[in-house]
Amino acid sequence: MKKKKLVLATTSLAGCFGCHMSLLDIDERILDLVELVTFDKSPIDDIKEFTQMCDIGLIEGGCCNSENVRVLRDFRKHCKILVSVGQCAITGGLPALRNGIPVAELFKEAFLTGPTVDSKSSQIPNDEEIPMLLDRVYPCHEIVKIDGYLPGCPPRADLLWEALNLLIAGKSLDELNFDLVRYD
Amino acid sequence: MNERTILDLNETRNVIIEIIDQVRGDRTQLLAVLRECQSRWRHLSPQVITLIAEEMDLSRVHVEGVATFYHFLSRTHRGNYTVYVNTSATAEMAGSHAIVKAFEREVGISFGETTSDRQIGLRTTSCIGMCDQEPAILINDVVFTRMTDAKVTKIVAGMKANRPVRDLVESLGDGKNALEEIHAEVSNHIRVRGPVFFTDFEPGTALKAAMNHGALEVIDEVKQSGLRGRGGAGFDTGQKWGFCRAAESETRYVMCNADEGEPGTFKDRVLLTEMPELIFEGMAVAGYAIEAKHGILYLRGEYAYLKDYLENVLTKMRQEHLLGRRILGTRFSFDIQIKVGAGAYICGEESALIESAEGKRGQPRNRPPYPVTSGYLRRPTIVNNVETFGAAAKIILNGAAWFRKMGTPASSGVKVLSVAGDCERPGIYEVEWGMSIRELLAICGAKDVLAVQVGGPSGQCISQNEFDRKLCFSDLSTGGAVTIFGQKRDLLSIVHNYMEFFEDESCGFCVPCRTGNTLLIKALEKIMVGNGTAADIENIKQLGKTIKATSRCGLGQSSPHPLLSTIRNFTEIYQKKVRADVDFLSQFDLKFAVIDSCVAANRKPNLEIDSEVVDGTRPN
Repeated sequence: MKKKKLVLATTSLAGCFGCHMSLLDIDERILDLVELVTFDKSPIDDIKEFTQMCDIGLIEGGCCNSENVRVLRDFRKHCKILVSVGQCAITGGLPALRNGIPVAELFKEAFLTGPTVDSKSSQIPNDEEIPMLLDRVYPCHEIVKIDGYLPGCPPRADLLWEALNLLIAGKSLDELNFDLVRYD
Repeated sequence: MNERTILDLNETRNVIIEIIDQVRGDRTQLLAVLRECQSRWRHLSPQVITLIAEEMDLSRVHVEGVATFYHFLSRTHRGNYTVYVNTSATAEMAGSHAIVKAFEREVGISFGETTSDRQIGLRTTSCIGMCDQEPAILINDVVFTRMTDAKVTKIVAGMKANRPVRDLVESLGDGKNALEEIHAEVSNHIRVRGPVFFTDFEPGTALKAAMNHGALEVIDEVKQSGLRGRGGAGFDTGQKWGFCRAAESETRYVMCNADEGEPGTFKDRVLLTEMPELIFEGMAVAGYAIEAKHGILYLRGEYAYLKDYLENVLTKMRQEHLLGRRILGTRFSFDIQIKVGAGAYICGEESALIESAEGKRGQPRNRPPYPVTSGYLRRPTIVNNVETFGAAAKIILNGAAWFRKMGTPASSGVKVLSVAGDCERPGIYEVEWGMSIRELLAICGAKDVLAVQVGGPSGQCISQNEFDRKLCFSDLSTGGAVTIFGQKRDLLSIVHNYMEFFEDESCGFCVPCRTGNTLLIKALEKIMVGNGTAADIENIKQLGKTIKATSRCGLGQSSPHPLLSTIRNFTEIYQKKVRADVDFLSQFDLKFAVIDSCVAANRKPNLEIDSEVVDGTRPN
């Protein structure tokens, strides 16, 4: 009997999609990847919500708003192994530069007084459909249990490829080739 | 600029020129200049910093860098009277929290603030070396000990009435603390006098003995004695002197490290109060041995109240030809200068101490080169603890064999301990190395002991099971601090206090220490509020290991000790606190996290997503 394919889900929270671009950078190996896994919720196949329990979840980006938190918790609920991918997921990254500045000040600069704001009737957006901004950008592991970390900005394609292969083989990310997570 | 401000500017410039002239424009005295300006104007304004830079021919950024490094210097006004309440663990145990409240009540402001008329400023500070007479505070360099609510009321009334701080001192301490030039409430509390330090010493005898021996023999004698550094690190003193003497140079320096900032340590304060002649003579003996002409006593800013007294002792020694030119009629010249710190624990690290004495930020240097080859002003320098110099003087006087007879074979001689915390007789104990903790607890009257912190926060916290361990370099090494915690104490909050100390005192240069200690505190707080899991304890161990291995200097390398040693020796306290039923608990609080943005955007928080999730653990 053919072995059941593992199910993979990915998402980008407060990130720039660079990590996903890096995943596409595995080039033709993506054909091998689809032989190995089925994609569930992911921008790669554009499935918006989970349809089943997944084996592996890859998270790009940290949490800057309430929607990020909801998605991250949803991933935790549906993924057996959850991995923080890239600097933003691991530390908050570039978006976390705002940490330490009061949210009210950020809003004022962005929506009321900033040099690119030209409308006289400018206001801070407050539609309840808009996710609520958090007081700071949180790394994922402060919100849910994270099982592994793949560093880089973005993590190089070879790193993502090898990491996925390890996880598919049921191995630990500790076995990653050190040269792939070395950045100097 | 109008006429008035130009006049003010000129006036300020003239005052600054006067201050700089007093140190003859010596750039290594920048810290002294800043201290003086701080004490005169109660803050260092951007203008003052610019003027100092111009008049001392230094870059502005250099002056500003130094001005912002030290705790007792500030860019905002700290009040004509600046009250510093110390926040050390022993102070908290003695009720410093009530004193803080009392000051806030009487002055009408919170700590960290200054009254609008700029009369009184309230600040906290790290341990000020009065652990045996807490709660203790500093006001404009004057020490007040054993504070009570009533005393706070009186002192605040005195400050409001513009009385000189010295006049607010009530009962003078024992011994030399009562002298006019010290005039402090400080007590010595010398509980056990030993044969080395707190006995009669006739000034000049050690120097004479040294000169009879000859310089090389002095170093040999110190080597023979087995004397090791008393500041905590325990490096062989004779070897250090030998290395320094062997270094090629025309100028060498002797530095005495009186920056005892390790919370729980106060023995150098008592040694300098009661036996300064012995310490200074020890420095002169060292100078003779390594052929140095200059000595520097680096006195921590908290002990500035001893400066005038110590200067008088130096003057007297010069008059008696024990210092200065042609000491005791020989061709040997040696003199000692006192430099005062400004509140920075890190300056107890020898290379940071040297940087600070040079008038810079007290940041540790990369080593090697070691100070013995490249120290003060890049010249060969020995840096020794106050007690080490005292012991060396006595060794030269009485011989290495006499010293070796005391203590253990590997840790010869005696150690001056500063005992504080839950015991009947806190204070100074001069005991032989090799004494067990159990014996020490018996003589200082400690009962129902939960834990003993040996060597201060950077040392170890031991439990009852280990009270038979001995004080010596090979077992429980200490720079002098022994702090006792009774059964009723909450050990985790003490650990938290110690970790906050390291977080505050980190110089900020290297990431493991600067960031790591903050993360350790967060992890500890998570456990303390009941949100911890076994994984958090593991994280602390892991992170602690990394901080120890990768920090640049001794501060960072020992900063995780309060956590690591209590996790090791009091595992059950941590285990009782952590949740065993889950492997992860988030501290994320959505309600708290969104409130600011919802208020700013004038919308109602929607916390629906919180209803589904109870914790962030993985699915089964």
